Amino acid sequence: MTLVLEPRETVSRRFVWGVTFAALLVALLISGIVIWWVGGDPVRSFLHIVDSAFGSVGVISDTLVKATPLILTGLACSLAFRMRLWNIGAEGQFLLGAWGASAVVLFPLLPAGTPAIIVIPAMMLAGAVAGGLWGFIPGVLRARLGVSEIIVTLMLNYVALLWIQYWVFGAWSEAGFQQTKPFPPEAVLPRLTDLAETFPALGGLTVHLGLIFGIVAASIMWVALERTRWGYEIRLIGDSPRAAEYAGIDIRRKIIVVFVISGALAGLGGMSEVSGVVHRLQDHISPGYGFTAIIIAYLARFGPFRVIVASILFGALILAGREIQPQGIPAMVQGIILFALVGSDVLIRYRVRFDRRLATA
Amino acid sequence: MTDAAEATPPPPEAGPAAGAPVPALEARGIVKAFPGVLANDAVDFDLRPGEIHALLGENGAGKSTLMNILAGLYRPDAGEILLDGRPVAFRSPREAIAAGLGMVHQHFTLVPSQTVTENVLLGLSKPRFWLRPAASDAEVAGLASRYGLKVDPEARIWQLSVGEQQRVEILKLLYRGARILIMDEPTAVLAPQEIEAMMRTLRSMAADGRSIVFISHKLGEVLAIADRITVMRHGRVTAAGIPAAGATRTDLAKLMVGRAVFDVLDRAPIEPGPVVLDVRGVSAENDRALPALRDLSLQVRAGEILGIAAVAGNGQSELAEVITALRPCRGSVRIGDQEVANRSTATAIKAGVAHVPEDRTGVGTSPNLSLADNLIMKRYTAPPIARGWFIDDDAARHMAQGLKDTYSIAAPSIDTEARLLSGGNLQRLIIAREIDTGPRLMVAVQPTRGLDVGAIETVHMTLLRRREAGTAILLISEELDELLALADRIAVLYEGRIVGMFPAETADIHEIGLLMTGGGDPGGPEAVTAATPGASGDGA
Repeated sequence: MTLVLEPRETVSRRFVWGVTFAALLVALLISGIVIWWVGGDPVRSFLHIVDSAFGSVGVISDTLVKATPLILTGLACSLAFRMRLWNIGAEGQFLLGAWGASAVVLFPLLPAGTPAIIVIPAMMLAGAVAGGLWGFIPGVLRARLGVSEIIVTLMLNYVALLWIQYWVFGAWSEAGFQQTKPFPPEAVLPRLTDLAETFPALGGLTVHLGLIFGIVAASIMWVALERTRWGYEIRLIGDSPRAAEYAGIDIRRKIIVVFVISGALAGLGGMSEVSGVVHRLQDHISPGYGFTAIIIAYLARFGPFRVIVASILFGALILAGREIQPQGIPAMVQGIILFALVGSDVLIRYRVRFDRRLATA
Repeated sequence: MTDAAEATPPPPEAGPAAGAPVPALEARGIVKAFPGVLANDAVDFDLRPGEIHALLGENGAGKSTLMNILAGLYRPDAGEILLDGRPVAFRSPREAIAAGLGMVHQHFTLVPSQTVTENVLLGLSKPRFWLRPAASDAEVAGLASRYGLKVDPEARIWQLSVGEQQRVEILKLLYRGARILIMDEPTAVLAPQEIEAMMRTLRSMAADGRSIVFISHKLGEVLAIADRITVMRHGRVTAAGIPAAGATRTDLAKLMVGRAVFDVLDRAPIEPGPVVLDVRGVSAENDRALPALRDLSLQVRAGEILGIAAVAGNGQSELAEVITALRPCRGSVRIGDQEVANRSTATAIKAGVAHVPEDRTGVGTSPNLSLADNLIMKRYTAPPIARGWFIDDDAARHMAQGLKDTYSIAAPSIDTEARLLSGGNLQRLIIAREIDTGPRLMVAVQPTRGLDVGAIETVHMTLLRRREAGTAILLISEELDELLALADRIAVLYEGRIVGMFPAETADIHEIGLLMTGGGDPGGPEAVTAATPGASGDGA
């Protein structure tokens, strides 16, 4: 018996989403088998995950907090991937963004006592610029010298990590600990719980303004991609660079611009994380958001609003995963989802058929 | 080309009379639907032993679909296939060839780094482990000489011309014992002299008892080679196995396109205007960094068509790319007052250059974008489609729909992805888009290659209308008849230089042919093969 793959001529939108959803189910099924194999109860584990991610207003808020950095890094990856620029460096751009935002507070770049209305935008700008710079490097290398952006972005992740460590162990270290001093209140993003005095129901809810950044960024990106000349050019380059060149588009310039914006989005994610959640710069501010973002971008098939949905799903997985086990199983589930998604691509592009007869020579 | 009747033995009497020979291959009521099109609608076809049966039809008529079904590549939705009167259902080309039925596709399936013999043996189980190259080479050479397939068994595929590669494909099938050969537009890639050799090969194979299906949309060739002709249109058979001896070009064209086709083009006399394109001393390299253009100069005036005659690989592709600012060069290229050499492609577009590129699917269109997105490619930066940073979706769709209707681009809607269009419709799309910008200069590269009669006519009429509207046109074509019919002047390009320039009225096709292939060598047509792109100095 042989397995035969036949290319599909046309693929409907509904079919793509059906296959994607089925891939998610298969991934959960495989994960369930592994949980069962190591002695757990898969059904209870999954129910527990759902309950601890969406069971109450409080945990939903926590899920959204986890989703926030994923949204921004996921958008960063989606934008680059649309143009077939494989930006694997959202992690490093995220870290540089966190550093840039911290620099505003810690150098300090603004005099003490500057109001939040100025400090926060300054931090946003610094975060986006630092992340954008980290995107500019692979962008310019790819556009001018044809260097593989995959290698450059991957390696720059380690540079960014060491750069953060250099500052938190050294110049910005608080009394020798691997962290900086906490940010002053004017450098902290407002949270829902800050409104608890007027609306007691909001007490304890840690959702912060960064979520709004993510939603606004997704909206702007959607409009830019679907409604503007700029987005049209990205679609054209992504589908056929030679046709784009023929249409008079300056592809090199576009590569650099898209890489910078991609980096800036991830950098804004880093800013939002230090200013909205951690409230200081420290080692290990990211459990790999920039890598999870790659999976999210694929799951969302590079659609900005779909990135939000996928990010919430993964936010839940990260949050609830910690409830079950700090490491291991949740990471495995993520990995299996990526495998299932990549595998499902084959089903989308080909029709699979079993041929019972042996091929005759 | 000689008369079909004297070149081939008269076909067995056609007709439903009893006692007709059992067909070597027969298809009954074949139906095959693709999303949005019924490619084959209850098609019947029969192939007699030892005959050459031409399958004629426009692009998208369903010829290739039918043959792909017969060769086991596609499965029919309905209908049956009989081989020597017995029903068969091939699941793969491998099974088909095992039963003696093979197909030569337009795109070859050869391993470039291997020799001819190695390619012929590839995938066979006969030399089990030890290869005996000398014996195999001799075997292949013997088979080749039997049918006049001139090719060196020890040559590597990458060293061969397109015509020679095609011969290797045929050898592969013959070596596997194919009794039925399906040739999908075998002449589309060949130079004139190679076509004649191919015809001789086909005849000798038929004389040997093999049956041949010859897919084509070139009427002249079909009449010259075929015993019988089947014509398809819109997925249906419009003429089933009529004898070629009694058919005329006019009849066949009518059956193919459903209406009469004008053979003679109406070319109004026009006094050319000022110089629009001025190329001075241009040199450029090809993709392999070898010289492609050598100190070339030419001018094209408004309302004038300058035809470029050249065998593939003599710099004509690079010339088009230099003028449209897609390729760097030395020297000067001016369009009106605008210098475009080494400027951005956008500069050339803004200067009024339209470009019908050689590569329709890779360069001229973006395969996975919609018809509408492809049609606005040259217009999206200016109003009414551009509104500041935004694209006015309504305006874009309105324009796309208008172009689709005006140029009769056959597609379900303007949201259809370009890759789903047939070759002719893709070319209509490109021409619609390029002409709609009202260009000052139009560079058209092989604009009718691979197109059917109806589409060719559209392209020719459109080019002539642009000429009357005062556009300067640079027409690069391998079809000398096309150049003679359309151009005001013809320049012959050989190894990156212009080696001759003739007014079209006084141009002599033989002289041009000679110059195209490297000048006054009277060694006869056999001495000349199409130069492979980039190879230089191995002409005549």
